[in-house]
Amino acid sequence: MLTAFAILTDGLVYAAYLFLVAVGLTLIFGVMKILNVTHGSFYAFGAYGAATAVGIYYDRGLPEAGGFLFMILLAMALGLVIGFVLERGILRLVYGKDEVVIVLVTYAVFLMLEDVITLIWGPRSYGAYQPMIAAGNIEVGGLVLSNYDIGLVSLAAALAAFGYWALKYTRYGRLLTVVIFDRETAAAFGVNVTVVYTVTFVIGAMLGALGGAVMAPKISITLGIGVEVIVLAFAVVAIGGMASISGALVGALIVGLCRAAAVHLVPQIELFVIYAVMALVLAFRPYGLFTPAQPRKI
Amino acid sequence: MESRAILFAAVAFLAVAAAAPALPAWLVSLATVAFANALVVLGLIILWRAGLMPFGQALFYAIGAYAVALVGRYTGVRDAFVMLGVGTAAAGLVAFVTGFLLARYREIFFAMLSLAMSMILYGVLVKTEALGSTDGFHVETPTFLSYAPHGTAFALALFWLVLAVSALAALVAAAYFRSIAGVLAVPIRDNEIRVEYLGISVTRLIHLKLVIAGVLAGLGGALAALSIGHVDPAMAYWTTSGGFVFVTILAGASSVAAAFVGSFVFELVRSIAVDLLPGTWQLMLGAILLLTILFLPEGLGSIASRLRRPEASKP
Repeated sequence: MLTAFAILTDGLVYAAYLFLVAVGLTLIFGVMKILNVTHGSFYAFGAYGAATAVGIYYDRGLPEAGGFLFMILLAMALGLVIGFVLERGILRLVYGKDEVVIVLVTYAVFLMLEDVITLIWGPRSYGAYQPMIAAGNIEVGGLVLSNYDIGLVSLAAALAAFGYWALKYTRYGRLLTVVIFDRETAAAFGVNVTVVYTVTFVIGAMLGALGGAVMAPKISITLGIGVEVIVLAFAVVAIGGMASISGALVGALIVGLCRAAAVHLVPQIELFVIYAVMALVLAFRPYGLFTPAQPRKI
Repeated sequence: MESRAILFAAVAFLAVAAAAPALPAWLVSLATVAFANALVVLGLIILWRAGLMPFGQALFYAIGAYAVALVGRYTGVRDAFVMLGVGTAAAGLVAFVTGFLLARYREIFFAMLSLAMSMILYGVLVKTEALGSTDGFHVETPTFLSYAPHGTAFALALFWLVLAVSALAALVAAAYFRSIAGVLAVPIRDNEIRVEYLGISVTRLIHLKLVIAGVLAGLGGALAALSIGHVDPAMAYWTTSGGFVFVTILAGASSVAAAFVGSFVFELVRSIAVDLLPGTWQLMLGAILLLTILFLPEGLGSIASRLRRPEASKP
C-alpha cells in the first residue's frame, strides 16, 4: 500500500517535471512543425540561470520566499532573449526546408549553446537547493513529501489548465489554433504568421527555461543536463502525438507513473522503461495517442 | 562518365592505400574510424534518398560493436573476418526484425521510433553489469587470417581492411543506387502513394533499405570497435546517432564518395577543433553544420557537381 502510494506521488512529481519540460516543445512543434533540439539548451540555460539567481539572492540574505520568484523570473528572461535571438537570427532563414533538416539546424544550435554554457558558467557544477529547503516537508499517510514537489505538481496542473484555457478562449490562442490547422489559409485571412511564429517560439523557449528553473533546486546543475532532458521530452511528446498539449499531459503522466513504478519495483529497467513505453505506444498508435486522422495526399 | 568516376575512385583508393605506411600514426587511426563511420553514413544516405532519417542508427552501430567485443570475450575466435561477419550479421538480423515495425513509419515518427529503439539498447547496456555497465569493456586484438600484427603494423593492417571493406561497400551501394529499388527512392520521397499505384510495395522497399542501412551500420560499428579496442554504451546514445545524421547532412546524399569524404572531413575537423579549441569545439562543429545547411543545402558532395555543371550545360 505504502509502495503504491509512493509510486503515485513519485510518478506525479516526475510527470509534473516531464510536462513542464515537454509543453514548450509541444507548442513549438504544434505551431511551427519544428522538432526543437535546442529545447534542451533552454532547459539548461533556465537551470544555470536559476542557480545564478539563487546565488545572488541568498547571498544578500533577502527574505526566503522571494528567492523562488526571482529565480523563475531570471530564467524566463534568459529564455525570452535566447528564444528571440534564435528565431529571428537563425530559424527565420530555414523555414520551408525539410522537417529533418530543420531538426538538424536546431541540433547545430544546441551543440553551439552547449559550449556557450561552458564559456559562461565554466565546467563546475552548481546547486540551487535553498528554495527546496525553505519550502520544508509535510507528512502524508506515513510518507514524507517535500512541499516543493507538491508545488511543482500544482504548477504543472495550473500550466496545463492555463494552456487549455488560453488556446480555447483567448484571441491569441484562437489565432494559434488557426495557424496550427492551416498556415497558408491563416495567412490568406490576414493572420500575421511571422509574428505568431516569433511569439510562439519565444513562449516555448521561456517554458523550457521555466522547466529548467523549477527543476534546478532538485538536481545538480552540471554540464550535459540538456542532453538528457531532450530525449526524455521527445519521448513524452511522441507518445502524446507531437502537437497536442493534452497529449503532452497524458504522455507525461504515463511516462512518469511507469518510471516511478519501475524505480520502486524493478530498478534494473528504470533507464529504458520510458523508451519501451514510447516504442510500445508508437507500435500501436503510429502517430501518437492524440493525433487526428490525416487525409491521404495523392 | 560513370566509368570515369569509378576509375577516379579506384586511383584515389590505391593512392591512399599505398600512402598509408608513410602517413603519421594518428592520421591512419583517424582515417580508420572515419571510414568505419562512413559506412554508417552510407546507410543513412540510402534512407535519406527516400526521405527517411533515423535518429537512432547508433542502435545497429552499437550492436555491431558489442557483437565483435563479445566474440572476442567469450569465444577463442580472434579472426577479424569472422568477428566482422558476426557483428554485421547481428546488426542485420536486428535491422530485419525491427524493420517490420519501422518500415511502416515516415517522417518525424520514423525518426522518433528509431530513437526510442536505440535508447532502449542504451538503457539495457548501462544496466547490464556483465557487459561492463557504463564503462563498457575491452575488445580483443584480432588477427587477419592467422597474420597477427601488433602496434603500428596492426593499425596499418586494420586500415587496409577498412579501406577494402569501404571500397566494396561503395561499389555495392553505387550498384544499388542504379538498380530499380534504388532509383525508386526519390519517387517514394516525393509521393509514395503513386509508387504504390505502379504496383510496387513501398513498405517492402523501405524494409530492404532499412536492412541494408542496418548491415552497413553494424559493419561500421564492428570495424570501429576493432580500431578503438573498446566498446561502451555511449555508442548507442542519441548523440552518436546525431553525429551520423550530422555527417550525412554535411556530406549530402548526392554520391557515394560524399559519405567517405564527409566522414573524413568531419573526423579531421573534430580532432583539429578539439586540439586547438578544447573548450569550444562543439561551437565550431555547430557553426559548420549551420553554414553548410544555409549555403550548401545539398551538402559538400554538391560542390563537385556544381563545378562540373557549367561544362555540362554548354550546348
